[in-house]
Amino acid sequence: MILALDTPHIDWLALSAPLALLGAGGVNLLAAVLVPRRARRIFAALVCALGFAGAIVAAAILFAHSAEGHGVIADAIQRDRLAALTAIVVAGSGILAIGTSYSEPMADDHVAEYYALLAWAGSGMIFLASASTLLTLFLGLEWFSISLYILCAIDRDLVGSLEAGLKYLIIGGFGSAMLLFGSALVYGATGTLEFHEIARVVQAQGLSDDALLVAGLALVIGGLSFKASAAPFHMWTPDVYEGAPTPVTAFMAAATKTVALVLTLRVLVTAFPQEARLWTITVAAIACASLAVGNLAALVQKGLKRMLAYSSVSHAGFMLIAVAANNGLGGRALLYYLIPYSAMSIGAFAVVAARERELNRPVTLDNLAGFGWERPLLGISMMVFMLGFAGLPLTGGFVGKFYIFAAAYRHGWTWLVIVGVAATAVSLYYYLGVIRAMYMRPTEELQLAPVGGSPPRELVLQTSVAAALVVTVGSFFIVQPLIDVAKHAAGSLPL
Amino acid sequence: MTSGWLTTVLILFPIAAGLLVWLLPLRPFAIGSTALLFALIEVGLWIDSVARFDFSRPGLQLDQRTSWFSDLHVSYHVGFYGFSLWLAGLTVVVLAAAIGYAFWAGRDRPRAYYGLMLILTGAIVGVFVAQDLLLFYVFWEAMLIPLYFLVGVWGGAGRLRATLLFVIYTMAGSLLMLASIIVLGLSQGTFDLVDSGTNGSDWIFLGFVAAFAVKAPLFPLHAWLPEAYRESSPEVAAVLSGVVSKAAAYGFLRIAISKFPEPVADFRTPILVLAACGLVYGSLLAFRAPDVRGVIAYSSLAQMGLIVLGLFAVNDLGLNGAVLQMVNHGLISATLFLLAGGIERRTSTGELALLGGMARGRPALATMLMTAGVIALAVPGSAAFAGEFAILAGVFQTGWGWAVVGAIAIVLAAMYMLRLISAVLHQAPGPAVSEAALDLRPAELGVLVPLVALLLVLSAWPAAITDHSFGGSASHAVTQVFK
Repeated sequence: MILALDTPHIDWLALSAPLALLGAGGVNLLAAVLVPRRARRIFAALVCALGFAGAIVAAAILFAHSAEGHGVIADAIQRDRLAALTAIVVAGSGILAIGTSYSEPMADDHVAEYYALLAWAGSGMIFLASASTLLTLFLGLEWFSISLYILCAIDRDLVGSLEAGLKYLIIGGFGSAMLLFGSALVYGATGTLEFHEIARVVQAQGLSDDALLVAGLALVIGGLSFKASAAPFHMWTPDVYEGAPTPVTAFMAAATKTVALVLTLRVLVTAFPQEARLWTITVAAIACASLAVGNLAALVQKGLKRMLAYSSVSHAGFMLIAVAANNGLGGRALLYYLIPYSAMSIGAFAVVAARERELNRPVTLDNLAGFGWERPLLGISMMVFMLGFAGLPLTGGFVGKFYIFAAAYRHGWTWLVIVGVAATAVSLYYYLGVIRAMYMRPTEELQLAPVGGSPPRELVLQTSVAAALVVTVGSFFIVQPLIDVAKHAAGSLPL
Repeated sequence: MTSGWLTTVLILFPIAAGLLVWLLPLRPFAIGSTALLFALIEVGLWIDSVARFDFSRPGLQLDQRTSWFSDLHVSYHVGFYGFSLWLAGLTVVVLAAAIGYAFWAGRDRPRAYYGLMLILTGAIVGVFVAQDLLLFYVFWEAMLIPLYFLVGVWGGAGRLRATLLFVIYTMAGSLLMLASIIVLGLSQGTFDLVDSGTNGSDWIFLGFVAAFAVKAPLFPLHAWLPEAYRESSPEVAAVLSGVVSKAAAYGFLRIAISKFPEPVADFRTPILVLAACGLVYGSLLAFRAPDVRGVIAYSSLAQMGLIVLGLFAVNDLGLNGAVLQMVNHGLISATLFLLAGGIERRTSTGELALLGGMARGRPALATMLMTAGVIALAVPGSAAFAGEFAILAGVFQTGWGWAVVGAIAIVLAAMYMLRLISAVLHQAPGPAVSEAALDLRPAELGVLVPLVALLLVLSAWPAAITDHSFGGSASHAVTQVFK
């Protein structure tokens, strides 16, 4: 074992997706110095997009060639379809986030660094998705978190941006510390960091009720819940989502949540199967708390970014229901739902970004009045995203919620289905509130775009929004292939 | 083209037409006429499916099935039974009339308006043909989205509150139904309505009943009804009360009654009590309502109570009568709401106190309102008489008390309908009725005459529906074929 650690065999294919993004980030750092100022924005965005596209290709190849999941590089990371599918979702979110970022008013002197950090954040997330020891888990988590801390604060001209970055840094640091402490306790109890080994040792030594192990498990769940922004670990979410530049928020809402939830599922089912009766109920309780907090707080929000932040808390709750179900259907439900959910999140924040640039002030429900009629594409897209969040048909959000409730029912928890259904009913009020603001306000309240006639044409952003729209609606119609993919990915776990 | 495709085309054609109307950059006039043309083609497609339908067989016809996602056995499965064919016919006819009326009246943002109306047509037809629980739910909700916009964007001054109430009520019901669908589908191992058997769970049954009772609406879940019917444009109110409420009655028949025989037996009395309460209470409110739309809206509540009374009798007479009455009431309330729209257009009010004397010099309006009103109050020989008679005879077999309540309500129906007719047409001309207010225009007649003509045909030949709905005995079909 010691010898193997000295010269582990490196499986380059398993690492190729994070490496592509690391490379893109490196090129962008050079571009910050070498590429002339006027070409820098387009160059940096293109390189970053190429990095994400490369990551998608690499992950797709990995998906095709990893039918049997196995540990690689001295079992530090897991090469399997779960990691590959997560990488694809994260990288897809990354590309849409670039489209959202492209026309963000940002000083030219740090635009290349912005895209470099975006690539590195994506790279860390993809690495994290394949983590198979508590050490690589922590490494990946910090890797993408540090990139995001800076991204949140990168726009010094934006009011609240610095505050958002600092808040995220402090509270995120607290979450990481919890995770680290939990890992240490688990290591103390079992003497190993590797997920499968933990399960084996617990099984062999009958440790499943060991106080040290259970405390460690609780701290690990808490630490991951910070990243997934599940209540009661969500308190940073509204402030950070509101203060950060909107494209960064979009990326965080989609990709961070995706990878945190996938990791929660992976850690719990591979490392702690013996404690399932403990963590299923814990996760279900966190899910219920998130649904309650997220939905009730979202009801009273006027600012759209804050409302979407609370909505993302409630969606963490929905997806944790799938984790709590601890069955194959739950795994499938989570992995399916992450696809339309990521698209809807990025799309919704992209629309907010577009409106923000038009008005030059934060978007509230009031200044959305008439937006749907003025900007047909963005209006229709926002409407579909809201309907999708609310789980209404003709969007993938409906099928996702259906699968999640089905998973909870199959676990035998009809009460959790009822909680989810009640939460959905509450959420309709604020999701439809956005649609009401966009389409149904009296025409006197219309706030036309400020002087200068037609709004800025943002082709890149509109293309991203349209792509998110296609994914949201398309995932409703082509359920079978997506569920097959999700099934293969969930098949990598001992569910 | 196999005949199953026809059903799919009936759903997809109006949706595609709606998208086309919405996307094509046409002038307002061209949009309205194109939309009307599409709606009439849809009626033609429906007539084609009637021609292909074999009314002597009770089973599913014109069916088509494709797997949607196989691991939970959810499929795209559509097809017609006799009664669902009639309800789909009601849908396409009323929607075509509504689109025609909107074309004549003129609406802002016509592309979005007609697009939504056409999409709504497809969604409602989908509800009536879906043979998979999840697909049914999808259409059920898909029906809500265009309605939300149609009321919320083009409604009256109180539209925001009206849509909010409407959506909160219907979604609360629908989501309980979703929970029931998940539990039922997973416990049966399939979501298919034809393959799955019956179920004895009271809770699952109540989840479905909640959704249907809100949408119908059944007393006391009708708080959304007066606002929604008053605030929407007349043609949307016509669709809401004429067609959308029938989706709920259809749900009772196709799912609640046929899939849950034991819970139906357990809950029959409470449901019959609520239906009877709604029938009497709705009739009384209709008699007291201060405006034209209020009378029609509350009479709609009463009529839905009567239909549910017939359905939950669960015998041949009650079921056949209920299906006939669904079609009758759909046509009647659509006609009345469109007439109410015409009256409001001419007088800028629907207050009965301000109306009156409109018969003088306006023969066409008077004839239309009289004919529809007289059919609505179930004069012997009318289609509604046949329907109500069959319902009362059916529910009489369950207990004579129900039939007494029903008979009282029919008297009340005569009272509120005659009050409406007299307050609008007779008496001295009201302050809001000016001499300049014209009689019905040819375009309005073009919309209304077909609806009234269909009612007259059904009056002459009610057996067209009662003998062609279940392919034999209705109760046999409900308990054996649909289960």
